[in-house]
Amino acid sequence: MIPYQYIWLIMLMPAFSFIINGIILRIFFKPKAKIYGYVTITAIGLSAIFSVWALISLLTGDSHEIAVPDITWAVIENGVTIHIGLIADQLSIVMAIVVSVVSLMVQIYSLGYMHDDDAGYYRYYTFMSLFTFSMLGLVLSNNLLFTFVFWEMVGLCSYLLIGFWFHRKSAADAAKKAFIVTRIGDFGFLAGILILYLNTGTFDIAELHHLAVTGVLGGMVLTWAAIGLFAGAIGKSAQFPLHVWLPDAMEGPTPVSALIHSATMVCAGVFLVARTMPMFIYSVDAITVVAVIGGFTAIFAATMGLAANDIKRVLAYSTISQIGYMMLGLGAVGMGLAHEIADGHLHVGTEEMLVIAKGAVAVGMFHLFTHAFFKSLLFMASGNVSHSTGTFDMRLMGGLKKTMPWTYAVFLIGSLSLAGIWPLSGFWSKDEILVSALDNQPVLFALALITVFLTAFYMFRAIYMTFHGEYKGGATDDGVDHSHTHEAPKVMVYPLVFLALLAIFIGWWNLTGGFADFMGHHVEHAAHSFFGGLFNPFTHALPVIALLVGLFGIFSAYAVYNKKWITAESIGKFFGPLYTLVFRKYFFDELYENIIVKLALVKGLFTGFSLFDSKGVDGTVNGVSSVVISGGRAVRQAQTGQLQLYGFFIVLGLVIIGLCVYFFG
Amino acid sequence: MDFNYLSTILFLPAAGAIIIAFISSRNEKAIKWTAFIFTAVPLVLAIYLFCAFDRSLSAAGTIQFEEKYLWIAPLSAHYHLGVDGLSMPLVLLTAFLGFLAVLISWKIHERPREYFAWLLLLETSIIGVFASLDLLLFFIMWEIEVIPMYFLISIWGSGRRDYSAIKYVLYTLFGSAFMLAGILSLYFTTGSLSMPDIANQGLGMVQAIMPAGAIFWLLFIGFAIKLPMFPFHTWLPDAHTDAPTAVSVMLAGVLIKMGGYGMIRLCVFMFPGPAQDYAQLLIILALIGILYGAAVTLMQTDIKRMIAYSSISHMGYVLLGIFALGQVSLTGAALQMFSHGVVTGLLFAMAGLVIHNIETRDLRQLGGLARQVPTMTVVFSVAGLASLGLPLTSGFAAEFLIFLGSFNSGVVPNIEIYTLIAVVGVVLTAGYILWLIQQAFYGPVNKNFDGVKDADGLEKFYMYVLVAVIMLVGIYPAVLTDVFKLGISPIAGLFGG
Repeated sequence: MIPYQYIWLIMLMPAFSFIINGIILRIFFKPKAKIYGYVTITAIGLSAIFSVWALISLLTGDSHEIAVPDITWAVIENGVTIHIGLIADQLSIVMAIVVSVVSLMVQIYSLGYMHDDDAGYYRYYTFMSLFTFSMLGLVLSNNLLFTFVFWEMVGLCSYLLIGFWFHRKSAADAAKKAFIVTRIGDFGFLAGILILYLNTGTFDIAELHHLAVTGVLGGMVLTWAAIGLFAGAIGKSAQFPLHVWLPDAMEGPTPVSALIHSATMVCAGVFLVARTMPMFIYSVDAITVVAVIGGFTAIFAATMGLAANDIKRVLAYSTISQIGYMMLGLGAVGMGLAHEIADGHLHVGTEEMLVIAKGAVAVGMFHLFTHAFFKSLLFMASGNVSHSTGTFDMRLMGGLKKTMPWTYAVFLIGSLSLAGIWPLSGFWSKDEILVSALDNQPVLFALALITVFLTAFYMFRAIYMTFHGEYKGGATDDGVDHSHTHEAPKVMVYPLVFLALLAIFIGWWNLTGGFADFMGHHVEHAAHSFFGGLFNPFTHALPVIALLVGLFGIFSAYAVYNKKWITAESIGKFFGPLYTLVFRKYFFDELYENIIVKLALVKGLFTGFSLFDSKGVDGTVNGVSSVVISGGRAVRQAQTGQLQLYGFFIVLGLVIIGLCVYFFG
Repeated sequence: MDFNYLSTILFLPAAGAIIIAFISSRNEKAIKWTAFIFTAVPLVLAIYLFCAFDRSLSAAGTIQFEEKYLWIAPLSAHYHLGVDGLSMPLVLLTAFLGFLAVLISWKIHERPREYFAWLLLLETSIIGVFASLDLLLFFIMWEIEVIPMYFLISIWGSGRRDYSAIKYVLYTLFGSAFMLAGILSLYFTTGSLSMPDIANQGLGMVQAIMPAGAIFWLLFIGFAIKLPMFPFHTWLPDAHTDAPTAVSVMLAGVLIKMGGYGMIRLCVFMFPGPAQDYAQLLIILALIGILYGAAVTLMQTDIKRMIAYSSISHMGYVLLGIFALGQVSLTGAALQMFSHGVVTGLLFAMAGLVIHNIETRDLRQLGGLARQVPTMTVVFSVAGLASLGLPLTSGFAAEFLIFLGSFNSGVVPNIEIYTLIAVVGVVLTAGYILWLIQQAFYGPVNKNFDGVKDADGLEKFYMYVLVAVIMLVGIYPAVLTDVFKLGISPIAGLFGG
């Protein structure tokens, strides 16, 4: 069993590297640029080791939670104290593993990727340490208030890192957009916390779970609180209708996208819903909202991925879409439970109910878990591609298969996993979601199945455009010759190979229901042996159908983008306006930025306010005061000196008293 | 207590002002060092008092470091000083910013003798407002403050400084007229000028000459103008835009806090009935201030004017916290006053530095400065993030306590809805702060600004000190809330909180 102090260290190691990099080294030693990277990598490596140790402890131990004592932080009212504490159960440790492992790989990769930006190493690794610390704090916190604190901190890091190249206007704009759009969601999160505190007097997550399960917290209060929390999740996880910031966030360095905008921070919304699942399942309305938004976002974002020409943006839309899947996974299972509870079919004790409620997150979390590895892999592989070609525009690439075999191989593995091809990780986690969607919500299941096709199609569209065919010459506008492409340096390949192995094998954890069991989710028809589990899908209709749909997606991409039996142009023409709609991202940017913000708010309301302020409020007062001053001048005729103005006001005061006495007295 | 700490803190700056008046204007160094010493010592003493302050729960509502001497016998007016949990941090804040204001003014070369004399007198008058427990003394201190402000803005200001200065004076005196009427009515009603006595005994109404509600409003208007509350706020942007940097820091940092302090100390504490009756109306005005203030902030192009408007929005949160009338909300309001003092003080200091070093104040012409002035960029960003209420800064602690306390106060009807409307303000705040930072510091490097100076050692010193305080309060707010709540709990107790 891992001593509880190490749970604290999981979170604190990157905080140490933040302090060492940001303050001690920077001010007192000014070392060579790479040193900052090594410090960060060491610290996060230790975090990863402790996370794995904690996982092993949970797997082998009897308990499903490692007890970590609280620390008293502040006494806000007589008797009411706020504690700082960590929760080390299955959910938070799984998240800690995702965060620390992906972060470690990204930090190693960044040594190579940020090479051109030597002067920026210091800033980069300092921010990355701060991010990893905040993200680990977010997943380990046992208290919604501190979850919120860290939630805002990761938002800050995201802001700083998207705007890392702040001298580019597009990067600065994207950073600002990300912060403000997510803050709209945070409004809901904050409101949710306030509602919960008003009705329960606590921020403690375990206590809130208990209150929800025992029925103390329920009804409309619970529904609104849950919807508030989910609004925060919508913002952070870039779900419809707050999805607009994520594609723009690709302005940041690619390793940042791989860590923050694919595997960790954008999944914080999914995590938040999972963390508060015992509350969601007591509100049919709230959990339905989660499922519907998730299911809709999954297909909505996937369609936008079809038309993007920037490889990172394809991956960004894919991320939004896959997070929608995770939400759907949480929502579908949760809906099933919520209906059972609402109909009174579930008769279990409080403790057992808590276990069932927490276990309901297994399906959604499993997809989060596998997705984190293969999506960060895909992002970093796209970074290799741009390293070599100088661009992210797939129209300028092609044929990279020959010169970049390693990158091609890992990108292919990541894509197959994402497309849900047997027996890679993505297949297993996606299958689970489809099964639970079919059980609980046929319409959402249909959307999810179409999305399987779309996902396979856009990923292989990207592969064919990037790696197959003829090389189109890369970037032409940066003054560097990109006519000869080359494989990325080893430091940028090894982490990808490691992630590729995870992308293949990590899904096998659940072959015999291992992951679900670990999360406390009881699987009825789990296979009993490894090989039984591996080939089990072929004995059921649904996984086979899903697999065929995925393969059909790949084949379609092959037909259009490799063999060109049908050209992309003719498809674009065939769909006409529909294609334009998708290509222009359904005009959401225009709606939000041009119509709502620029026209309605800034040009309309705020300008109106501004005019009202200078002409209306100030004008009135100036008008009145000019009367007063001319009155004062009249008095000044008789007297001299500044003091008479003062006297005037005293007289005014006396007159006021007189009037008051007259009227009230 | 043998040594009169509070009197010493109160009068040392004024004594410094008198000494400076006798130093030759050519001897700039002597003037500045005198100002330095006569603000540094009060700061040290204020820190000492803050540390020595009795924080035990049994000290709730008690006056500490009290000094009381009969002053004008026929009026039973006393020279009566003392601090409780509410005023102690504000006295500390004033001494702190007063000291920093001297450092910020170090590069003033125009008529330094008068400048520093007025600046020190200003500090005395503000400390006097926070430390007075006698209504007459309170009022006199309140009025004295106008005089240095008038001269500081009209002589060392910029732009339409005469207009702004006279506007400031007119607004303040207009408010004071009402306040004086209120204080006189209070005196004739209770026969006492002692603030603790009146608050503790309640309004006897023995010889009531007018309803309590009317006195409440007379006092309130004076404070509302100072806070400033919508629609009495338009003096603030003008005064800030044209005032010299250090004066902006004092104005935003502590002067407008006199309004919030007065509301809590006089309006709410002495008139719990009317405060509760009118709370809903005042909260609506607070919401207008928050949202409307933020919207107008977004439209500004002058860097100082923008920060000034943001103050209107931030003081709206104070007003909300006060009239939600809950223990936590009032504590949050008090903390917000302190936090806003430090954060906006820093923002104004930074804006002053931008204007001084880059010689541009128009945000449309600034840009790309991050490469040229990295230190200023970092500090400005920290101040901005504190202003938008990012966790681990004082701004978050204060705003969160206000939201939490207001939402839960239960004293005012519909307070939950009002609070949620106020929370919308945080999105707008993020909007204008990030726009401000981006506009000034990000984007392509502007060649025109090559070679502009970054902060020098002295400037770095006061910037880092302010950043440290912001972070300290943000990470461990109890350092202040433990004190504030002692002053707040008897007040909140009036409303069952």
